[in-house]
Amino acid sequence: MTPELGNVALILALGLASILGVLPIWGAHKGDARWMALARPLAAGQFLFVVLAFGILVSAFVNNDFSVSYVAGNSNSLLPVYYRVSATWGGHEGSLLLWQLMLTGWTFAVALFSRSLPQPTVARVLGVLGLISVGFLSFTLFTSNPFERNLVVPPDGRDLNPLLQDFGMIIHPPMLYMGYVGFSVAFAFAIAALIGGHLDAAWAKWSRPWTLLAWMFLTLGILLGSFWAYYELGWGGWWFWDAVENASFMPWLVGTALIHSLSVTEKRASFKNWTVLLAILAFSLSLLGTFLVRSGVLTSVHAFASDPKRGLFILVFLLIVIGGSLVLYAWRAPKVGLGGRFALFSRESMLMLNNVFLLVTTGTVLLGTLYPLALDAFGLGKISVGPPYFESVFVPLMLPVLVLISVGPYVAWKEGSLQRAWLELRGVALVSIALAAAIAVSAKTSVGVATGLLLAAWIILGSVQHLAQRLKAGAGRTPFVQRWRAVPRAFFGMVVAHVGIGVFVLGVTLVKGLDHAQDASMKEGDTVSAGGYAFQFKSLEKHKGPNYIAGRATFEVSRGGQHVVTLYPEKRFYVVQRVPMTEAAIDRGLTRDLYVSMGEATPDGAWGVRVQVKPFMGWVWTGCLVMALGGLLAATDRRYRQRAAQPVPSKPHHTAPLRPSQALS
Amino acid sequence: MLDKGFGWRTQGKGAWPLAWCLALALMLTLMSISVPVRSQTTADLDEHVNRLTSELRCLVCQNQTIADSQAALAVQLKNEVRQQLAHGATDAQVRDFMVQRYGDFVLYRPPVNSATWLLWAGPALLLALGATLAGLHWRERRTAFRDQPDSILTDEA
Amino acid sequence: MKRYLLPFGLFLALASTLALGLKRVDASDPQEIPSPLIGKATPAFTLGQLDDPQKQFSPQNLRGQVWLLNVWASWCTSCRQEHALLVDFSKQGVLPIVGFNYQDEREAGRKWLNDRGNPYQLTAFDADGRVGMDLGVIGVPETFVIDKQGRVRYKVTGPITPEILKDKLLPLIKELKRA
Repeated sequence: MTPELGNVALILALGLASILGVLPIWGAHKGDARWMALARPLAAGQFLFVVLAFGILVSAFVNNDFSVSYVAGNSNSLLPVYYRVSATWGGHEGSLLLWQLMLTGWTFAVALFSRSLPQPTVARVLGVLGLISVGFLSFTLFTSNPFERNLVVPPDGRDLNPLLQDFGMIIHPPMLYMGYVGFSVAFAFAIAALIGGHLDAAWAKWSRPWTLLAWMFLTLGILLGSFWAYYELGWGGWWFWDAVENASFMPWLVGTALIHSLSVTEKRASFKNWTVLLAILAFSLSLLGTFLVRSGVLTSVHAFASDPKRGLFILVFLLIVIGGSLVLYAWRAPKVGLGGRFALFSRESMLMLNNVFLLVTTGTVLLGTLYPLALDAFGLGKISVGPPYFESVFVPLMLPVLVLISVGPYVAWKEGSLQRAWLELRGVALVSIALAAAIAVSAKTSVGVATGLLLAAWIILGSVQHLAQRLKAGAGRTPFVQRWRAVPRAFFGMVVAHVGIGVFVLGVTLVKGLDHAQDASMKEGDTVSAGGYAFQFKSLEKHKGPNYIAGRATFEVSRGGQHVVTLYPEKRFYVVQRVPMTEAAIDRGLTRDLYVSMGEATPDGAWGVRVQVKPFMGWVWTGCLVMALGGLLAATDRRYRQRAAQPVPSKPHHTAPLRPSQALS
Repeated sequence: MLDKGFGWRTQGKGAWPLAWCLALALMLTLMSISVPVRSQTTADLDEHVNRLTSELRCLVCQNQTIADSQAALAVQLKNEVRQQLAHGATDAQVRDFMVQRYGDFVLYRPPVNSATWLLWAGPALLLALGATLAGLHWRERRTAFRDQPDSILTDEA
Repeated sequence: MKRYLLPFGLFLALASTLALGLKRVDASDPQEIPSPLIGKATPAFTLGQLDDPQKQFSPQNLRGQVWLLNVWASWCTSCRQEHALLVDFSKQGVLPIVGFNYQDEREAGRKWLNDRGNPYQLTAFDADGRVGMDLGVIGVPETFVIDKQGRVRYKVTGPITPEILKDKLLPLIKELKRA
């Protein structure tokens, strides 16, 4: 009975979303205040019904209602209850409902926190979000309904994929989707601005905090996915340039360009066309990711098993949303006009270079991801494009961006001085080179590692120096605490985020350059060594879990004769799905991770074991966390939170409605 | 000596410390490049096998290298690679061996041929396109007749 | 300003590629790997036979004939699906079918054929799978169609279904026999 209610709730949500997508936008066009006023309550209503539907699905899982075929396909009575909850988003239909929940959630948030926006803007933004909602709800109801019933109720379910029975899986998709879907807000703001014709600094100021938050969530989501893959998949890898990983990375790259571009628009009322285009692209890439993962065109360990008919639906949806918004852009952008001029060496030109490099990098990742698909589609054979390709094209393209991170802040707006920038950065450059060279020589690393170290030092030192300089202004006259308070939080956000990138680059450089891995066939009592550590296979016991049986090995790890840690890797066999799984044992440390995973057993009683020593692995995760923190700090800057206190001007004084012949400055 | 942040106050004399530092850094960096010596030790062979097989695709897995996979075929192929390398085969010979039997699909680093030239040239082409568009755009602004009023000039992030 | 249409143009190109990709998925399995041996000579090998290790087999032996090489193993569950079909097909005497017992135990292989019927003119025995590697065998079952000049002309990955037999194999075999 209750699953039917879930279905009804979705239908009602679709109804509300349809109205939301039409009336408020029409009302904004006509100047009809009543229709515009419908936007907020409609947003609340659709959110309410989607929450209801989601709640019903979760309870169907918790209560083991196998009459719902999605539940039967992804759960089992032996499954622990917390995994039954996360199984809700373990398959295609349920994860789509999670997407929907996030979408209506963000829409509702915009409805709540937009008191200081003019009504037509709110109406248009919510309206666009409503239209996107219509697309996803239709997709759900017509092709992927999670509430479909089994005519014959099976006695038990097929169990959740063992790979997904893990804490990381509980939290990774919600974070990731918050990011993906969050870019729909920036998208909606962009479309609203194109429709309404008010493309100015104020628009950028409203968009920016939403975009920063979405970016932060996406950073966390990608981090969690990578972190999870590291310990769950069992071979110590954490980024494989897999199609689905790329699908999340591309919106992140464009999102990064977007937040920088928005800052130019906010401060200089410039780069407007760039910013609008980037906002459209970021969300388009989110949608493209949805297509790639659910249509069956790409094989991946992450992809949902889906059929091409669903793929066709999404493709048509993409054509309407992305195609439509790009046509709107082509039509309206020329009238927006160019911003002011700036010198070849200026903050604007640095940020434009930033935009260009990030976009080119995104295009490159897209090319590599889709190339096998395209070749196959044209009948030109089957190839693989993997990490060797991506690393050889991605790294050179990102080097200029990494260098720019420390250069940009030292260049003035409109016209910067190359000499002055060099004077300020000279010290940082020298110290970075010296540090990198010292470490490179003492650890006998390759040139690649030395370069990575150099860039990491360059970024971190440059950012810290920038902050130090800012704090020094007015030293002697004002106390430190007051100077600290005077620095806007967004400035801290920038410094922190950039430092996060530096830490990340440091971690990646060291872990890729200096890691040691050893494969061995081991019997109990054998020892294998790697990276200065000795790993001894002490024993193997049988162990029983809630829905699996396992062989648990005991490994003693020592260094120079001293005991370091005891690790317990497992080889599990999940009884329902009859799938074997490796559960790696990891000892995380400040300067290294120790990683042991079991492979297959050979008939003679030996086990294939892989031991790894990964220096500074933890810094990779830490770097991402620090980046996300930077985003949060920037998003919660005072100037965004003070909006409510300012009166809403009925006609913002420094913008004018578009007139065909006039260029906006 | 320490002026702004980490910078040194230099005038005239400044160039020399800079030049020495750069020369030192360059020398140290060059010293750190170790020239690979062909060694027959097991550890080196292991590393060589690992390096080569991490660019080869496991054909029975979803998306994994032969180096990482524990599948029967992957282990068999890894042993084959090891044997061949131990007998002095070059990387190119091993790769050819694999491609002959399993097609280009087995290479994670796609070959450069008429079908893949766009893939390999793509990034450079994109960069050229991006730089050209940005450059044209910038030049247009420069010749635009309206100038931006400096009403919003802030250093805030 | 035509330049602003560039993003849209690029997107259309992308969407068309994706649409083509979708059609391809509909038609065939994206996981299937095409064999690089198609059109090339069957890799030379000599193996002992399953029932008598003294007797040898080499693809050379069947020069001048069109024949099938069927890779199977007693531990392979999908092989059971196609085996009945193969037994029936062999009775029609259309062309010789040679078995290729891949990475198996001799006794287990023999027993399997005894229990389920033997459609093969003879069976080559590849205990360690080394020759299978030369043939590019990825899984079992797989079937090769080899022409009179000893060239591989077609490869079936997975069990042969009645549809595959009727739509793909029989027409090809007829054509190759005529040549």
